[in-house]
Amino acid sequence: MVNTTQPTADLAPATAVKTIQDERLREVSLLTKIMRRPELGALAGLVLVTIFFLSTADASMFTLAGIMNILSPAAQLGILAIAAALLMIGGEFDLSIGSMVAFTGLVFGAFITLSGWPLLLAIAATLAVAAVLGGLNGQMVIRTRLPSFIVTLAFLFILRGLSLVGLKWATGGSTQMRGIGDQAGDGLVRELFSGVAFEGVFSWLAAHDVIAKFPNGTPTVTGVPISIVWFVVFALTATWLLLRTRAGNWIFAAGGDANAARNSGVPVDRVKTSLFMLTACAAALVAILTVLDAGSTDARRGFQKEFEAIIAAVIGGCLLTGGYGSAIGAFFGAIIFGMVSIGLTYTRFDSDWFQVFLGAMLLLAVLFNNFIRRKVTGER
Amino acid sequence: MDKDAPLIDIRNLVKHFGSVIALSGVSLTVRRGEVMCLLGDNGAGKSTLIKTLAGVHRPTSGEFFVEGQPVAFASPRDALDAGIATVYQDLAMIPLMSVTRNFFMGREPVKGIWPFRNVDFDHCDEVTREEMHKIGIDVRDPHQAVGTLSGGERQCVAIARAVYFGAKVLILDEPTSALGVAQTSMVLKYIHQVRQKGLGVIFITHNVRHAYAVGDGFTVLNRGKTLGTYRKSEIQIDELQNLMAGGKELQAVSEELGGMV
Repeated sequence: MVNTTQPTADLAPATAVKTIQDERLREVSLLTKIMRRPELGALAGLVLVTIFFLSTADASMFTLAGIMNILSPAAQLGILAIAAALLMIGGEFDLSIGSMVAFTGLVFGAFITLSGWPLLLAIAATLAVAAVLGGLNGQMVIRTRLPSFIVTLAFLFILRGLSLVGLKWATGGSTQMRGIGDQAGDGLVRELFSGVAFEGVFSWLAAHDVIAKFPNGTPTVTGVPISIVWFVVFALTATWLLLRTRAGNWIFAAGGDANAARNSGVPVDRVKTSLFMLTACAAALVAILTVLDAGSTDARRGFQKEFEAIIAAVIGGCLLTGGYGSAIGAFFGAIIFGMVSIGLTYTRFDSDWFQVFLGAMLLLAVLFNNFIRRKVTGER
Repeated sequence: MDKDAPLIDIRNLVKHFGSVIALSGVSLTVRRGEVMCLLGDNGAGKSTLIKTLAGVHRPTSGEFFVEGQPVAFASPRDALDAGIATVYQDLAMIPLMSVTRNFFMGREPVKGIWPFRNVDFDHCDEVTREEMHKIGIDVRDPHQAVGTLSGGERQCVAIARAVYFGAKVLILDEPTSALGVAQTSMVLKYIHQVRQKGLGVIFITHNVRHAYAVGDGFTVLNRGKTLGTYRKSEIQIDELQNLMAGGKELQAVSEELGGMV
C-alpha cells in the first residue's frame, strides 16, 4: 500500500518549487536586452577602431573621399561576409568562396568576350553557374555528412586550379583576361553593376556647398560606388530575412540543432542547400562587380577572401558552432576590416601591422562572443 | 470517424531491420484521456516502437489504426498531421533560440504578401506568453533563450507546443530521465493536466515510480514483444518492476542490498 501513495508524495513539492522559481525571475533589464544582440561586439569594435583612427590618423581619412575609400574594399568583403554569416548561422562553412570569386570571374569574362553574350544574359548565366556549384557543395555536405570544412576546402583548390587552367586555355597562356569592360557595353544593366550611384544628389550637394568640389563645380566625390550600394542593400535584406521571416527562423534552427529542427518539421537540407547557393551567388556578384570595375579578371581574384569573410562574420557575432549570429554584425565586421586595412596608410604606422591587428581582433571577438553567449543562454 | 475508437490501436506490429527483428508482435491501445506507460529495459524495442508510431520507420507487418482508421505514415510530417506528436528527450528545443522562436519552429504564422511576407512575431510572443502562463511557467520575456530555462521547463514547453498545435496523442520519450526530483514532479503534473484535456499520452520511461505516478495503464515490452498490458488497479508497483526487469533476479539483488532498486 505504501507504493500507491508514492505519487502524492512525489507531486507535493511541485507547488513549493514553482513559487520559488517565480521569485527567482528577474525583470529583463535594458542591459540584458542589449547584451542579447549578437552584433554588439562588432558595433563596439567599430567604435573603438574609429576612436583609434580619429586620434592617430590624418584628418583626410574621415572626409567624404576618405570614407568612400574605406567602404569600397569593405563592400566587396562585406557581400561575402554577410553570405558567409548566414551560412555559419545555418551551421556550415564555405571555404571555397574566395576561389569561387576567381572562377565565376573567369566564367563571366568568358561569357562576355568568348561568347559575346549581352551583359544581362552573361550576369544571369554567371549567377546560375554559381548557384549550381553552391548547390553541389551543399548536396555533397548533406549526403556524405562530412564536415563542410573538408568538402569546401577541396573546392577551394579545385576552383582555384580550374580558374588558372581555364584562364590559360581561354587567353592562350595568360592568367589574366582583359577587355571585358570594353565588350560589356553600356546601358542600364551596366550602371547597376559598375560606376557610382546617386550622382545627381552629389552634384546638388556640391552646388549647395555641402560637400567639397573642384574649382569647375564638379564634386570631388561624384557618387557612391555601386558596390557600396549592393553591400548596404544586401545587409538590410539579409537582416530582415534572418530576423523577420520564416526562412530566417529555419536558418537559426538548422544551425542550432539540425535534429531538433527536423523533428519540428523544418526542411533542414533544403535550408542548408539554399544557403550554399546563396554564398556562391554572393561570390559571383562580387566577381561581376570587380570584373566590370577593373575591366579584366585574373586567377588571383578573391585570394584568401574566404578567411577574411569568416573573420568578419565572427567579429560580427557568429558562433563557429552555428545557430547564433547576425547579418548586420558581419556588415560592421567588414567595415572594421576596410577601416583598418585602408586606415593604417593614413597613420605613421607600418601598414603591415594590419595582419597582426586582424589576428588580435579575431581572438578578441571569439572570446567576447563566447562570454556573451554564456551570459545570454545561462549556459554554465 | 468513430469517436469511441481508441486514439491509437496497434496489433501485432512487426519491424525487421535486415536480419534483426526489432519488434516481433507488439500490441498497444491508447484511449482519450489516458496515460499509457510504455515500460521496458534497454533493447526491449521501445525506441523502435515509438519511431514507428511517429512515422520515422514503416512497420514490416501488423495493423495500425488511428481513431479507427488504418494508417500508413510515410514521414514524421504525416504522423504530425494525424495528430501524433512526439517529444524527444534532448531533441526538442534549441537552446540558443528564444522561447518564442522555439515554440513556433517549423509552424511560423506569416502575414503580408510574398516576397514581403514575414512572421507575425507579435502574435507569436503573445501566444507563447499565454501558453507558458497556462502551464505555470512565468516567461516575462519570450525573447529569452531556451537555454536559460531548466530541463523540466524545457520539457513542459515542448509538450505545450505539441498540445497548442493540435496533437491528439503525445508520445513522450523518457521526459523525466535527465531531471531532478522537483523538475520531474513538474513534468508529471503537466502530463496529468494534458490527460485531463482529453489527450492520449504514451509515456516512455525506465522509472517505474514515475510511470506509476501518472499512468492509467502499463504496457511492458521485452525483447520486441508485449509482455502484457495492465490497468493500474490490476498491478502493484513492485510487480511492475519485476516484470520490467524480466524476472526475479532484481528482487534477489534488491533484498541482498537491503532495499529497493
